[in-house]
Amino acid sequence: MTHASATVDMMQPPYPAERGLDVYNTKLGMWVFLASEVMFFAALIGTYVILRFGAPGEWARPGIVLNIKVTAFNTFLLICSSVSMVKAYASIQDGDRQKMRFWLLMTILGGATFVGIQVYEYTHLVERGFLPSGVREGSELAELVAQGTLPAATMGLYGSTFYTMTGFHGFHVTCGVISMTYLFFTKALPGKYTRQDYRGIETVGLYWHFVDLVWIILFTIVYLI
Amino acid sequence: MTTVAATAHGAHAHHDDRPFIRKYIFSTDHKIIGIQFLFVSLFFLLVGGLLAMQMRWQLGFPGKPMPGGGILPETMAPGGVILPEYYIQLVTMHGTFMVFFAIMPLLVGVYANFLIPLKIGTHDMAFPRINMWSFWSFFAAGLVMLASLFVPDGAARAGWTMYVPLSARHDLSGASLGQELWSVSIILVGLSSILGSLNYISTIINNRAPGMTWFRLPLSVWSLFITAILGLLALPVLSGAAIMLLFDQVLNTHFFDPAAGGQALLWQHLFWFFGHPEVYILILPAMGMVSDIIANGSRKPIFGYHSMVFAIVAIGFLGWIVWGHHMFVSGMNPTLGSSFMVSTLIIAVPSAVKVFNWMGTMWRGNLKFTVPMLNATAFVAMFVIGGLSGIYMAATPVDMFIHDTYFIVAHIHYVLFGGSLFALFGAIVYWYPKMFGRMMSERWGKVHFWLTFIFYNCTFFPMHITGMAGEMRRLYDPNQYTFLQPYQPMREFISISAFLLFATQLIFFVNFWWSLFKGKKAEQNPWHDNGLEWSLPAPAPHGNWEKVPNVYRGPYEFSHPQAREDYLPQYVKLPTDREPASAPAAAH
Repeated sequence: MTHASATVDMMQPPYPAERGLDVYNTKLGMWVFLASEVMFFAALIGTYVILRFGAPGEWARPGIVLNIKVTAFNTFLLICSSVSMVKAYASIQDGDRQKMRFWLLMTILGGATFVGIQVYEYTHLVERGFLPSGVREGSELAELVAQGTLPAATMGLYGSTFYTMTGFHGFHVTCGVISMTYLFFTKALPGKYTRQDYRGIETVGLYWHFVDLVWIILFTIVYLI
Repeated sequence: MTTVAATAHGAHAHHDDRPFIRKYIFSTDHKIIGIQFLFVSLFFLLVGGLLAMQMRWQLGFPGKPMPGGGILPETMAPGGVILPEYYIQLVTMHGTFMVFFAIMPLLVGVYANFLIPLKIGTHDMAFPRINMWSFWSFFAAGLVMLASLFVPDGAARAGWTMYVPLSARHDLSGASLGQELWSVSIILVGLSSILGSLNYISTIINNRAPGMTWFRLPLSVWSLFITAILGLLALPVLSGAAIMLLFDQVLNTHFFDPAAGGQALLWQHLFWFFGHPEVYILILPAMGMVSDIIANGSRKPIFGYHSMVFAIVAIGFLGWIVWGHHMFVSGMNPTLGSSFMVSTLIIAVPSAVKVFNWMGTMWRGNLKFTVPMLNATAFVAMFVIGGLSGIYMAATPVDMFIHDTYFIVAHIHYVLFGGSLFALFGAIVYWYPKMFGRMMSERWGKVHFWLTFIFYNCTFFPMHITGMAGEMRRLYDPNQYTFLQPYQPMREFISISAFLLFATQLIFFVNFWWSLFKGKKAEQNPWHDNGLEWSLPAPAPHGNWEKVPNVYRGPYEFSHPQAREDYLPQYVKLPTDREPASAPAAAH
């Protein structure tokens, strides 16, 4: 209970001294946060499943409305950015800061390009008349509905679920890109990550892989089936 | 008790040179954030109460001009007479404010923040800055909700459960901006709760003091831990649902719009999938704090500590599989209804375990009826009544009859007011000295308790009777039905009791504010309790301990044969105690 020991205790960095799980706080916190994110996406995806199975008629075949090829490329890009995230993580574990910076930058670029392509996809879809509320009157897709190529009864639900699910995923990717850019300039570039302490990389990596995983599920259920 | 004194001298305040705005406004100190939550949510408690008083005026004296109602605009109460469309706003906003902005933040925002680091022995939360964001997003949510009362076409009108299509379609509810602001505010509340919960969970898992093993945690911390898990997993579902509702309102999406293939029942499922865990978010922390207070007031170890912990865990788990009991009359498949009925009835078991353990704790104890103990005892009694009426509702055939009546209103108030709020009155008085360094007045605390207890029962018990008679809730004027007219005197009695109940709360508010400046200076350990927080001076300093104390035993060692006093704090080392294995090597 002496004062000397007191100061030492306050000054100790929280890493890796925490008792409990023997996991540093930010990593534990990120896992806990991801549990909450699972529930959030479960609400959106569950809604989609229920609305699609309970829909008053056939669901539009994705290929007619959506450009699957572009999004397939986008999916590939996002998976690659997960790989580059792992490469950044592995590099700093080896103590190679230069390589870590390069791979982190690649991940940021991959994520930013993903969001860019998604924005392009959205503008293109809106141009063709696909809105969150359904199909715009007098648009290209409205003609397809009139011809019977697209089911009139379910296009509203299709738009609602499509934009909400992919939109919130895009929002998460954007948040990831912003966080990684922040870490790049405040931590990675000044050389604050070392072989011993790379908590930021590991934590943001967990988030990034989660966002990637959600996209693989979304791509499958929204674009492929 | 020399050891206690020595610890107290060792733990004096750190030199604190943070500027005012960092210290009290944008503070990252868990204690300040807890106090911020306390002030803001007590304000919302007052707002919610004022809304309820207006409802009670209309029900007790329908069609008569309300005293002071003249200040309300023509669109709400012309000549002081409450309009039906204003009445439904009162119902909606009373529920919303009380659930999301009063009871939930009072229990979780205040006491999870204030108690967890103090009781487990750490300097602050795992993520102090996220903790600050949790408060400020709650504050923003509160402002948005408050603002919705003042928009031109009025606040939300679909009840606090916001059933669609009424809430989603402006042409049905007659309110547009008010409904949208409700959705925005609830999304922000969800964010606040998620940020708070992830903090509480991480802190409890990772930052306990040496020797503070899981089964040495006070029951308040256990219940806050399970509550945080419920909040972490339930609130995102509400946020998701509120986002879809907001999109239905502003982007013309069709999630809940049956005309375009959407499903109105989906909202009920999403809402109650959140809503039932929410019920336990609103009662578990109260149960935990009551356990602490009752053991202290009985001067006996808590009866059945482990069974208490497992009961909390069981309630937390069962809370996920019972949401359908809110929807028995929604046209649910009766087979599914039965399974929800069975899972709901099972919750009575862990709840009863807790009640019997509280009684076992008090049995032949050296009872000291301080203000916190009185309130905690009232909690147990009122929770029994609320719990028993809950069993009626869990049984599908009975629920079909009493669904959406004042019986339900009586039940929810017996658990939320009789339960949670009595526990909060106890907790506020109990930890007041550690928050502010002063004691609240004991005499006025007792006056407040007894008057509240009497008027509270006069207000809510008769609602069981009118409910059984078929009086529907959210009804603007029950006298429009001949069969409800004979109950008008009872409604008048309820209203007068409610006004007196509200007036009694002013005693509490005055006591609270007066004691803040003029209350008796508190000793370090005024209740002679065992928790780690009592090893700190009152009020607890920034950063809590310079060096966190080692923990040698559980929190309920009252009347221990080896101790000279009738309590033995967790941080006091007896000659027979060994240092905890997890203690860091002493610096030299």
